[in-house]
Amino acid sequence: MATQLEPATQTDEDAFRAEVQQFLADNFPDELKGTNNALSGVDGPTNETPAQKKWREAMGARGWGTPTWPKEYGGGGLTKAQAKILEQEMGKAGAYNPIGGMGVMMFGPTLLEYGSEEQKKEHIPPITRGEIRWCQGYSEPNAGSDLANLQTFAEDKGDHYLVNGQKTWTSGGQWADKCFAIVRTDKSDKHKGISFMLIDMDSPGVEVRPITMISGTSPFCETFFTDVKVPKENLVGEEGQGWTIGKRLLQHERTNISGGGSLARLMGQSLGEIAKKYQPTGDDGELADAVLRDKIADFEIRWNSFLLTARRAVEESKAQGGVSEISSVLKKLGTKLSQERSELLIEIRGLQGLGWEGDGFRDSELEAVRGWLFGKATTIYGGSTEIQNNIIAKRVLGMLDHQ
Amino acid sequence: MAVLNEEQEMLRDMAREWAVNESPVTEFRKVRASGEPEAFNRDAYATMAEMGWAGVIIPEEHGGSDFGFMSAGLVVEELGKTLTASPLVMNTVAASAIVLGGSDEQKANWLPKLASGEAIATIAVDEGATHDPSKIETSVSGGKLSGTKAFVHEAHGADLFVVAAKDGLYLVEKGDGVSLATRKLTDQRSHADVTFDGAAADKLANGGDGLLDDVLDRARVLTAAEMLGMAQQVFDDTLAYLKQRVQFNQVLASFQALQHRMADLFADLAQMRSAVEAGLQAVDGGFGVARAATIAKAEANRVMHTMANEGIQLHGGIGMTDEYDVGFYLKRARVLEQSFGSSSYLKDRFAKLSSY
Repeated sequence: MATQLEPATQTDEDAFRAEVQQFLADNFPDELKGTNNALSGVDGPTNETPAQKKWREAMGARGWGTPTWPKEYGGGGLTKAQAKILEQEMGKAGAYNPIGGMGVMMFGPTLLEYGSEEQKKEHIPPITRGEIRWCQGYSEPNAGSDLANLQTFAEDKGDHYLVNGQKTWTSGGQWADKCFAIVRTDKSDKHKGISFMLIDMDSPGVEVRPITMISGTSPFCETFFTDVKVPKENLVGEEGQGWTIGKRLLQHERTNISGGGSLARLMGQSLGEIAKKYQPTGDDGELADAVLRDKIADFEIRWNSFLLTARRAVEESKAQGGVSEISSVLKKLGTKLSQERSELLIEIRGLQGLGWEGDGFRDSELEAVRGWLFGKATTIYGGSTEIQNNIIAKRVLGMLDHQ
Repeated sequence: MAVLNEEQEMLRDMAREWAVNESPVTEFRKVRASGEPEAFNRDAYATMAEMGWAGVIIPEEHGGSDFGFMSAGLVVEELGKTLTASPLVMNTVAASAIVLGGSDEQKANWLPKLASGEAIATIAVDEGATHDPSKIETSVSGGKLSGTKAFVHEAHGADLFVVAAKDGLYLVEKGDGVSLATRKLTDQRSHADVTFDGAAADKLANGGDGLLDDVLDRARVLTAAEMLGMAQQVFDDTLAYLKQRVQFNQVLASFQALQHRMADLFADLAQMRSAVEAGLQAVDGGFGVARAATIAKAEANRVMHTMANEGIQLHGGIGMTDEYDVGFYLKRARVLEQSFGSSSYLKDRFAKLSSY
């Protein structure tokens, strides 16, 4: 059934498409075509080239890095249909979105929902321009899956809070300008004693120590707060509302980790294609190792049905105007399958697929090894697989609390 | 659940209501108890045909509604939930062979009858216990077809067979030169080895070299749709059971070990549904059918297999009794799993389609 578009709408869309094309022709530097220098949560400091800076500033000025955010706070103010056109045209032009990171993916949408007018005016515009990096102060040494057990304490000192405690797994903490954190303001109630506040990372008393991971990289940090002064105006919502606000933010995080947004990127190269470069094939062009061939096909079929599920979740939520009930399974499935893919890639490459460094390895091989190791984190962070199972069982299937 | 149009929603709702009210599992028990080899209720099938379900993929000019495979799949899924015994799936697949490969005369001759339920058709392809369309010995000489087909679904009720021979597909009417040997399988449905001994055969000449594959892909997606309904029902029944069964002074649903197994099954079911719906939609869109149908049936096999086993285990001892329905789903599941492509066959096919 083709949907009949109103003629007026069609004209508006054509006009907007032309506007986007003109903007890209005027502002997107040719030399950046096909590259990507998006601000992410875990990358190191950005040493922007002049062309990259120009592109980020052009997108920031237009608000198109955060296309659907309200214009009054520096967003693009676009409709979903317009944002789709923008994405399509950027794809055609080989242009990337230079505005990203935790500010865009998690914190911004949450602040727009729960922040005061002053907070939105202060914090949202720098995110839309890609000028400020945010990090997440959630997990603590004794508050991982049991996040509400957090102990970092913010003591009321009249016009400010005095914060003491330790956060861990702070993604990109060593490069962040600011931190959105959940801290305890009341020790008498586990959930209602939590508040959501914003902390400057250059405040006296903040110390950040990077953690070296099994992959050899240090994308996460331990963050220590010792008598850190946080002004009262940095409290988001009310005291005691932090658990509600913090959970809302995690929904944005899960959607991003499962990759619900970008299917083409997740699809990746066919493992069968890769295997043919590393493994012998018969006269018929088929992989000679029948067991490995079967494993690859078995995986790729399930990978395909996961991608179809992610697409279905998007279509359903568009049609229903809410979140699809299967969105809760995407994180669980996507992270598990990505890990399986990395393991299979090693089996395909043998020891050549386990290189740590050196000229004997291709970049793609070395990247895969680091990705395999770092990928072990994906089923732990953002709500571990076990926590996702609890959420599915209780909230979707209505099974009773086990505690 | 795929996003449906208004006609499809109506069709699905109608099928759901009929299956629940007129064709619950107790109806299947009656069919089983009757012991008739054709193993379906003729009156019920006549009602289904009256509601237009036998003609969903048949063009309007030949008495169908031409709603397509996604729509047919919706009906089949609902009927799968209650294990409705009928030749609907096989009749639809056989009709599609005529739609794709038949001459104007063959279409005019058969499609209106298949749409109205006046006649029933099925397909006869495999010649052994394992699906393998590359091993066909049946041949035709001077318009006479000879060979033996194994485990033909709905053979007893069929008036017409779409038969795979070495050089293509043929229409063969039940009658002279056609004999059936009943093969009773665990699902208590109609299966027979069918021997054709110089039976009059009329070739489906218009479908091209890929006709057999095209027809089998349609059999795969519709079978997968039946399995989807079955898997959904086993999941729903098991969840309901866990919520009411009390042990150690608490309902089973409150045990985390069981909650996580249900979460796993829920995720599996989501993947199965996505794959099956995409397979049905691919047939309607006419693009990437072989690959989508392979994924659909492979995922249906994988998830239905686990779901049936877990359904029994999570029901505990009561799940082992004939009085409970869950065992029927297990027995039908395995028959469908081995039909039109086992998991190993489909994985090999997927790899071939992906050039490795």
